[in-house]
Amino acid sequence: MAMTLQCDIVSAEAQIYTGLVELLVATGIEGELGVCYGHAALLTRLIPGPIRIVEPTGEEQVYYASGGFLEVQGDVVTVLADTAVRADDIDEAAAETARQNAEEALANQQGEIDYGRASAQLAEATAQLSALRKLKNRAGRG
Amino acid sequence: MAAGKEIRTKITSIQSTQKITSAMEMVAASKMRRAQDRMEVGKPYAQRMRAVVGHIANSTPEYRHAYMQEREVKRAGYIIVSTDRGLCGGLNINLFKSAIASMKALQDLGVDIELCLVGAKAGGFFASVGGNVTATVKYLGEEPSLGDLIGGVKSMLDAYTEGRIDALYLAGNEFVNTMTQSPAVEQLLPLKAEQSESMSHHWDYLYEPDARELLDALMVRYIESLVYQAVVENGACEQAARMIAMKNATDNAGELIEDLQLVYNKARQAAITQELAEIVGGAAAIG
Repeated sequence: MAMTLQCDIVSAEAQIYTGLVELLVATGIEGELGVCYGHAALLTRLIPGPIRIVEPTGEEQVYYASGGFLEVQGDVVTVLADTAVRADDIDEAAAETARQNAEEALANQQGEIDYGRASAQLAEATAQLSALRKLKNRAGRG
Repeated sequence: MAAGKEIRTKITSIQSTQKITSAMEMVAASKMRRAQDRMEVGKPYAQRMRAVVGHIANSTPEYRHAYMQEREVKRAGYIIVSTDRGLCGGLNINLFKSAIASMKALQDLGVDIELCLVGAKAGGFFASVGGNVTATVKYLGEEPSLGDLIGGVKSMLDAYTEGRIDALYLAGNEFVNTMTQSPAVEQLLPLKAEQSESMSHHWDYLYEPDARELLDALMVRYIESLVYQAVVENGACEQAARMIAMKNATDNAGELIEDLQLVYNKARQAAITQELAEIVGGAAAIG
């Protein structure tokens, strides 16, 4: 029997691959690494690069991951791929935006609520007016 | 017949409202299917992530991550996942109620609360109720991407790392089935690891690069994946709740129309009878 391991490649937004493989080659942060049956428990970070898998039939498949993690545990190898482009400064910028949003919401609080309430009142008034107008027209005709 | 005319106008207006609500119901039904698919598709990642973090918690690492250490809770953070749009029944309000109940329990113990709000509805609600809002993420659309959430989650994780908060909770709706969505508040940090018997022997991973750097990044991904999953699930809840709400609205409109139609017919009949009576009476008077 061929020495195979269970391989799962998943990202937060999709399941990419699941099945038995003979060999998986990924681009780790310290260089390319291959995982076969019997590999020690390992946890490593991946850098953007291809992930090559060899299925028991000998068929090869290549996927691309823009970073993520690779775990080997027993005879299961798991690739947790990133979907978004990650870098510390980009993350920092995103966090800053979220904070600013909160501050803006706080600053504009009054304005936004009033706007919502005002538009509701306006809609109500318009509906009343149009109903009145209709009634008037009918009364005029009748 | 003035009353009759008024009733007719009302019936027409309710009929057009009914058309809108039944269209919204159908739109929500088709969107719900897609939202459910998205929820299913994201599940394997969350499960794998949970398994990996569970392995780490049960290993004997040289470095214990801050997210796994319990400390005295003086301030707590809440990530509240709501919808961007309304007209989805009591979905958001039920969620806010249970979130506030959970916060109240902590506040009674003297714990301060910090909020990270996802979705426009939470923003509006907590602006009027009041609350210490650190970050907001709005308008994620029907296909939320993980990238949009990174900022909000990071600001809470930073707060945890810097010691501004000592616990982090996630409040969102759980999709039970199409008819039922239940609000849930779960603890994200510190991580609660399940103890597993088979893993309890002493072992550790090989870490590349070192454990600290790797675990830092991995934990962030883990929390992000949980929040993302909550957002996607809430999306499915939103569509299901809207579908039900719109179905009820359509049914109610139908009932209303029926009642009004009855009143209208009665009024019409009464008017005809009266006219007839007048004519007969008039004829009798002349003759």
